[in-house]
Amino acid sequence: MTQLQPMLEIRDLHASAGGVAILRGIDLVVRPGEVHAMMGPNGSGKSTLSNVLAGRPSVEVTRGEVLFEGRDLLALSPEERAREGIFLAFQYPVEIPGVSNSYFLKAALNAQRKHRGEPELDAMDFLQLVREKMKLVEMDEKLLHRAINEGFSGGEKKRNEVLQMTILEPRLAILDETDSGLDIDALRVLAGGVNSLRSPARSMLVITHYQRLLDYIVPDCVHVLSEGRIVRSGGKELAQELERRGYGWLEAGPGATGA
Amino acid sequence: MSVLDSARDHWLARHAAWAPTRAGEPAWLTALRREALDAFAASGLPHTRLEEWRHTNVAPIARVPFELSARGASPVSREALEAVSFPVYACSFAAFVDGHYRAELSSPRALAGGVRVLALTELLAREPERLAAELGRLVDAKRHPFAALATAFLDDGAALLVPRGVELAQPVHVVFASSGTQPDRVQHPRVLVVAEPRSRVQVIVDHVDLHPARGFTNAVIEVYVGQGAAVDLVLVQREADSVYHVSNFAARVDHDAQLSLHTLSLGGALVRSDASLLLAEEGARCRVHGLFAGSGQQLLDQHTLIDHAMPHGESRQLTKGILTGSARGVFRGRVIVRPGAQRTDAEQSNPNLLLSETAEIDSKPQLEIHADDVKCRHGASIGRLDEGALFYLRARGLEERAAREMLTRGFASELLDALPVPALGTALASLLGARLWGAAPGDAP
Repeated sequence: MTQLQPMLEIRDLHASAGGVAILRGIDLVVRPGEVHAMMGPNGSGKSTLSNVLAGRPSVEVTRGEVLFEGRDLLALSPEERAREGIFLAFQYPVEIPGVSNSYFLKAALNAQRKHRGEPELDAMDFLQLVREKMKLVEMDEKLLHRAINEGFSGGEKKRNEVLQMTILEPRLAILDETDSGLDIDALRVLAGGVNSLRSPARSMLVITHYQRLLDYIVPDCVHVLSEGRIVRSGGKELAQELERRGYGWLEAGPGATGA
Repeated sequence: MSVLDSARDHWLARHAAWAPTRAGEPAWLTALRREALDAFAASGLPHTRLEEWRHTNVAPIARVPFELSARGASPVSREALEAVSFPVYACSFAAFVDGHYRAELSSPRALAGGVRVLALTELLAREPERLAAELGRLVDAKRHPFAALATAFLDDGAALLVPRGVELAQPVHVVFASSGTQPDRVQHPRVLVVAEPRSRVQVIVDHVDLHPARGFTNAVIEVYVGQGAAVDLVLVQREADSVYHVSNFAARVDHDAQLSLHTLSLGGALVRSDASLLLAEEGARCRVHGLFAGSGQQLLDQHTLIDHAMPHGESRQLTKGILTGSARGVFRGRVIVRPGAQRTDAEQSNPNLLLSETAEIDSKPQLEIHADDVKCRHGASIGRLDEGALFYLRARGLEERAAREMLTRGFASELLDALPVPALGTALASLLGARLWGAAPGDAP
């Protein structure tokens, strides 16, 4: 796989939020088809990394660069990134009163199709697509006609994120603690939805605090983030080791290996 | 002499010249007109030292020597009117151009019970005493100089009389269009709805213009909701930003009757609207939904008064403001619970959304409770679009502008979805976008 151009290449990335330095030199290469897990204790910078990649305006990149398929990702607006194929499954999906989930999903899908020069889907075709994907994530169809995430349970919000991902079919999916707050059955269903998207042309960055999710979404590489740096990288067995030993032994020693 | 004083003299002189054309009308109407003119002569145009007018300086209206528009003077085609009308079909449609009824542009289809919209001028000529007890009786000319002016110049308008027990399945649609063929014209559109006991009716009143021109619309709407009757009334104001618009709405709701009032104020340079609802008998209910949206230099000033006079009344008020550019908005909502109006249940809420740094809103909800066994809640808020929500939509590929539009429509949707005719909500949603962001739509469908 090494001969393929990287899907994502992060070089010496530093970023801060609210004037506080959070990412302090991240280097990472994700190739097409690979699933990378980003683990680490609370406050290590996992969510900041996902927000930098999606383009959240409140996070400021202070140094370094990010290339998406060889192009400067940081120069793009959040919507351009989405249209180029980056998807962030939010850790805290936002509730938006007054805008129906189906209206939003259709607008988002068609904005992306239009960008790719594909014909926009009409109401019938869209409904057919969304119904099929809702079955995949076992989501109640009633939620389609409700306002975006409004009054959704924690699990319903996460299902809605994965539903959007299966509809938008991104090339790089970033899952930010999609497992948090889920019971084991919901976790299994959502992992099924995510796994259905695995393909040689699609990469994923799975951010999680717990190894549990990685039993279902099996990664090619596991990285450990601590105080804004990747302090250890390895195969899927690294996640199991972390599960056994916790994060303490990594924070204590140096041992950063890069990606 | 101040600009307000000269304006008063201008209007009085115009009235003296115009009044002789009204010779031969019934004595009660002459008296009504005279009382209103006297009230206007006594008050003149309101100045900003009056508490009710402190946010709204009417000098821009006073400065223009507005003239009355002559009957039938403007050639307007049915196609031109249809192009701007809301897509409400299967209704009784009455068209007024520059304040005058235009039979050739109307489709006054008779609805259930032979009900149709009648032109005031025709009705007054045919049955001179028919409206003596109702016309001009709800709006208080002594308290509102513009209402006094409108009644003094009372000419044409729409009358809708719904007999006892008649339920209309289709809405009644009244359009007041300004032709814009001549600048600086004034019109005094008037609507009178009398819903007799246990009747039911939906009315849409739309103020629109065919060509933008500076003008002045001074409207009066009076609504009687008889015992056990139900009236849904939609008032849309979407004139050009070169129009001054003042409106006075007054309603009386009787025993176990219900009035739902939807006001949508989108156009106009300077807009002042007063709505006063009297819950006159036990068990009267009202729902007041208001949406005002302004951009540029618009000033939108809305005052409402809900008066609980008797026990067991219920009022629900939700008025939302959306402002961008350097627009200014005022909401002043009074709810009065009179002594003895026990078991009143009143709720009032005024959330506002500011889309620019320079837009301003002044919100003043007021509860005046003089009874002790009541349930009353009120609240107001002023906010901006949520940055987190904006990022969420953009992170799915929506352009920033489309995302802002979507969130703003989301803010307004509660009111648009509640309109009695769904087609209106859809049309108004696009109009709202065009008003706030210009005509080009974003990439949201």
